[in-house]
Amino acid sequence: MSLLSPIKDHHSERRLFIGRVILAAVFSFVLLGVVVARLVQLQVFDHELFAEKSQGNRVRIEAVPPIRGLVFDRKGRVIAENLPAYQLELIPEQVDDIEDTLNRLAAIRLIDADDIPRFTALSQSGQQFKPVTLKFRLSDEEIANFAIQRPRFPGVDFQPRLVRHYPHGGLFAHAVGYVGALNTSDVQRLDSARYAGTSHTGKTGVERSFEDKLHGDAGFRHLITNARGRQVPANTSELLGSLPTDETASPGANVYLSLDLDLQKIAFNALEGRRGAVVAIDPQNGEVLAMVSAPAFDPNLFAVGMSTTQYDELQNNPDRPLFNRAVRGTYPPGSTIKPMLALAALETGATNLTRKSVCIGYFQLEGNEHRYRDWKREGHGPVDLHDAISQSCDVYFYEISGDLGIDNMHDYLTRFGLGSATGVDVLGERPGIVPSREWKRNNFSDRDNQRWYHGETVIASIGQGFMLASPLQLASAVATLSTRGDRYRPHLVAAIEDPLSGQRELVEPEWLGNVAIGNEFYWDNVLEAMHDVMQGPRGSARAVGTGAPYEMAGKSGTAQVVSIAQDAEYDEDELEERQRDHALFVSFAPFDDPKIAVAVIVENGSSGSSVAAPIAKAVMDQYLGYDDDATE
Amino acid sequence: MRLSETQRIFSPKNSSITSFSGLVRSLNIDGPLLGGLLLICAFGLFVLYSAAGESPRLIVNQAVRLGVALVAMLIVAQLPPDFLRRWTPWAYAAGLVLLILVLTKGDVGQGARRWLNVGVRFQPSEAMKLAVPMMTAWFLHDRQIPPRPGHLAIIAVLIAVPTYLIAKQPDLGTALLIAASGIIVIILAGMSFKIIFGLAVLAVPGALVVWNFMLDYQKQRVLTLFNPDSDPLGAGYNIIQSKIAIGSGGLFGKGWTNGSQAHLEFLPERHTDFIFAVLGEEFGLLGVIVLLVLYMFVIGRGLYIAVQAHDTYSRLLAGSISLTFLVYVFVNTAMVTGLVPVVGVPLPLVSFGGTSMVTLLAGFGILMSIHSHRKLLPH
Repeated sequence: MSLLSPIKDHHSERRLFIGRVILAAVFSFVLLGVVVARLVQLQVFDHELFAEKSQGNRVRIEAVPPIRGLVFDRKGRVIAENLPAYQLELIPEQVDDIEDTLNRLAAIRLIDADDIPRFTALSQSGQQFKPVTLKFRLSDEEIANFAIQRPRFPGVDFQPRLVRHYPHGGLFAHAVGYVGALNTSDVQRLDSARYAGTSHTGKTGVERSFEDKLHGDAGFRHLITNARGRQVPANTSELLGSLPTDETASPGANVYLSLDLDLQKIAFNALEGRRGAVVAIDPQNGEVLAMVSAPAFDPNLFAVGMSTTQYDELQNNPDRPLFNRAVRGTYPPGSTIKPMLALAALETGATNLTRKSVCIGYFQLEGNEHRYRDWKREGHGPVDLHDAISQSCDVYFYEISGDLGIDNMHDYLTRFGLGSATGVDVLGERPGIVPSREWKRNNFSDRDNQRWYHGETVIASIGQGFMLASPLQLASAVATLSTRGDRYRPHLVAAIEDPLSGQRELVEPEWLGNVAIGNEFYWDNVLEAMHDVMQGPRGSARAVGTGAPYEMAGKSGTAQVVSIAQDAEYDEDELEERQRDHALFVSFAPFDDPKIAVAVIVENGSSGSSVAAPIAKAVMDQYLGYDDDATE
Repeated sequence: MRLSETQRIFSPKNSSITSFSGLVRSLNIDGPLLGGLLLICAFGLFVLYSAAGESPRLIVNQAVRLGVALVAMLIVAQLPPDFLRRWTPWAYAAGLVLLILVLTKGDVGQGARRWLNVGVRFQPSEAMKLAVPMMTAWFLHDRQIPPRPGHLAIIAVLIAVPTYLIAKQPDLGTALLIAASGIIVIILAGMSFKIIFGLAVLAVPGALVVWNFMLDYQKQRVLTLFNPDSDPLGAGYNIIQSKIAIGSGGLFGKGWTNGSQAHLEFLPERHTDFIFAVLGEEFGLLGVIVLLVLYMFVIGRGLYIAVQAHDTYSRLLAGSISLTFLVYVFVNTAMVTGLVPVVGVPLPLVSFGGTSMVTLLAGFGILMSIHSHRKLLPH
C-alpha cells in the first residue's frame, strides 16, 4: 500500500457501508414485494380465469361415433350391414421416412402407387400421433402377407374397425346407394356435433336420403390430454381430478325397404350386359318393389375406399355405371303414354270409342308435305282406339292430336305425375318434361323457338319430341292406370326400426289424389286395350303375354335416339349400337287385382315389346309367384 | 516449524470438537446460513421431483450435484478472506484467459459457445460470477471509500471486459448478472447517488445500444413480454403457459405432483428455468411465499455477515454475493410471472442444473469464511 494514499477511516467507511446495506435491503424488499404483488394478482384475483384456462388446456372432448343403422329388404334380409374389418394404418410420428415406407407398401401391392402423394400429404397435415388410414379393408391374404413383413414397417399396423358392407354388391348400388368418406362439402352440410368422430356418410340412394335416421347420435368421452393433444393414461387422469360425465352414442335406426331382394335379382340379371333400368311399384300403396339401374358398380368400393385408378375407371366408363338411370335417367316415353292420351282424348271428346282411322303408314298435316311415319311402314289399316293401343298405331294418335291439343295432353299427363318429380325418398330425381305452349315460351329464349308448332303436337302424341320421363315416373304412371286413377307417392322405405326397443314405425302410403277421369267406361276400354297388348290376338307384346298363368296389361314404347331422315331406310344393322332406339315397356298385373306395376327401359334396346317386355314379365312372374324356381 | 499456508488453512483453530456447534464452528460453517440454504435445496428437490415428471434418476443426479456443491462450499469456507484477497487478481486474470479461450476454442451448444472442455466441460463464465465482484472488491480494498471517479473508470473497465466477452458467447443473461455483481460492489462502496442517477439516465441510450447489440431471439423475448398473446404458440407460449400454471394454482395449489400444466407438458422448461411456475401451480401462493421467505432469510443473513465483516474486501464481497443472489431470485421469478423478458436465469438452488449450483454455494462458502474468520479483537 502506497504511503501517499489517504489513511482509511474505518469507522466512517463502515457507517457508509451499513447505510448502503440498509438501502439495499429496502430495495430487495421492494423488488420481492413487486413479485409477491404479481403473484397475488395471478393467484388470487385472476385465479378463476387461469384455472379455467388450465382446465381447457387439458380436457379434450372426444366423440364416440354411433353404429350406423342396418338396411333390410321387405322380407327382413340384410342389404347393408357393418362388418368388422382390418384396416391398414400409419402413425406418422412413428415412421422415419414416410415416402419410403409408402413406396415399399406400394411395392408389395398393399396400396396403390398413385395414392402415395395423397397419403404423404395426409400424414404431414394432421396431428402426428393420429393414424392415417391407408386401406379400409384388408383381405385375409393381405393381412397374412403384411403380418410377415410387419417388422419392415415400423409405425404401420392393421386395426379392427366397423366398415359398411353391402353383401349383395351391385344389386342395390343405386337404390340403397353407398356411404363414403366425409369430404369437405359433407362437413359443411352436416351437423358437426352429431358427426364428430364419424368417418363416413351416406352419399347416394337410401343411405343418403335416410342419413338422418341411419346415422344415430354421437356420444362423447372426456379425455385428459397433454400439450400435444395425446391422451394421457387413465391412472394419471385420476390424479388430475374428476371429469364431466361421458355420454354414450345412440345407434342409428334400422331401415326396412319395400324393395324385394328376389325381384331386384331378377331385374338385375335381366339387365345384365345392357344399359337400362327397371322400376316396380305396388300400385295400391306406392311401395317400390324393385329399382335397378344397369350397369351397376360395387358400392363396397366406396365404403372401403378405392384407389384413384379404380375411381377414375368408374367415373370415365362410357356406360356410366354410377348414374342412377331409374330416377335420374330421362327418356322420351314413346308409345307408353298412349293409354293416358287415350283417356285424355275420350274425356275431352277429341275422339270416341267408335271412331276409326285408316292407317296407311304415315300421316300428313294439311298443306305440309312432311310425313309423320308409323312404326309399321305398311300401316295398320282401319283401327279404332282399342286397336290403336293394342297394336300401337301411331297414325291414329297423330290424327286425334290436333283435336286433343298439346295443352290437354300436358294437363292429363301431368295428372299422372309426368313432368314433375314423384317425390320418391331417394335424392337426385329428375322431373322430366311434359311440354306445353307455356313450357315452350318459358324455356326458349329465341322468339321463333317460343312458338308451338302443330308438328310438335303430332309427335308429342306418341311421346316423342320434347317429352322426357324417368323410368320411375313411367312406373308410377302405369301404377296409376292400374288403379284407375289413384296415385300414391312412390317410396323405397317401408319402416324405420328403433334398434334399442325394436319398435317399428311404418311408413304410411301417401295418397296423392285421383287423376279425375270419372267415366268408368273409358277406363274399362283403355285398360282392356292394354290387356290385349299382352294377351290379345294382335297385341304388340302377345309373344310375351300369351300363355302366362295370370292376366296382365302393358304397353310397349320405342324412343328414337336419332331422328331419321325422310324416306330413309331404317336399317338397324347399319346403325351404331348406341344410335338404336331405346326400348320401353310398362305393365301391371294381375289385370283384375293389380299388385305390381313395372316400367322397363333398355337403352338402345330397339324394341320395347321384344326386349323390354320380357324383363317386365320376369319381374311380375317372380313377384306373383310364377317364376321358374317357384314352379319347378 | 513453520506451517505451510495450506496446512494453516485447514488445521482446526480449536480442537474442542466435542459438541455439534463446536464441530460446525471448527469447520468454519455458519449455522443459520447453512440451515437456510439446506431448506431451500430440500424444498427445491421436492419441487424438482414433480417438475421433472417424477423421475428418480433426475433427482439423484441433482442430489449428487448438490453434494458436490456443498463440498465446494465447505472447502471455500476454509479459505480465509485474506488468502482469497491475495489470489483475487490471479483468479480474475485466469478467468479472462479462459473466456478468451472459450471464444476461440470453446464447444458450441444450443447456438452459443459457452463451454470449455478440459477433461470436464465447464463454463468459465460461471467462475467469473465470483471473480468479478472479488476483483472489484480487491481493487477498492486499499483505496479510498467512497471511490474517486478515476477509480470508478478503472472498475468500469474491470467489469466491462468480462461482461463483453460473455455477451459475445452469446450469453446475455449471465453477462448482465456479472455486470450487476460488479456494480453492486461499487454501489455498496458508497458511489455517490449523483453518479448512480447519472448513470441511470445514461442507461436509456445505453439500452438502445444494447438493443442493437442483441440477437433476434433476444429482441423477440423482450417484444414478447409486452404482448405475449401476439404469438401464443411461438415466443409468447412460455409466458402464457407459465402464467396459467401459476394463476391456476391459487392460494394453496393443486397439490404436489398434481399440476396439470407441468405434468401434461403444457409448461416448457418446467424443471429448469420455469420451475417456479411448477411451484406456484402445485403449492399455490402459500408455497411460493414460503420459498421467498427462505430466500429473504438467506439474503438477510448474508447482509448481516457483510455488516459484521471487518475489512473492506470482505464487506463488499459479502454484500455483493448476497445481493447478486437476490438479483437471481428476482430476475427468475419476475421472468416466470411475466414481469421481465425471458432471460435464461435459473431459479437459484431449485432449478435443475449443476454449474450454477456450485458457483452459488461456493459464493456462500466465501460468506461463511468471512464470518468465521473475523478477527475477534477490535483493531
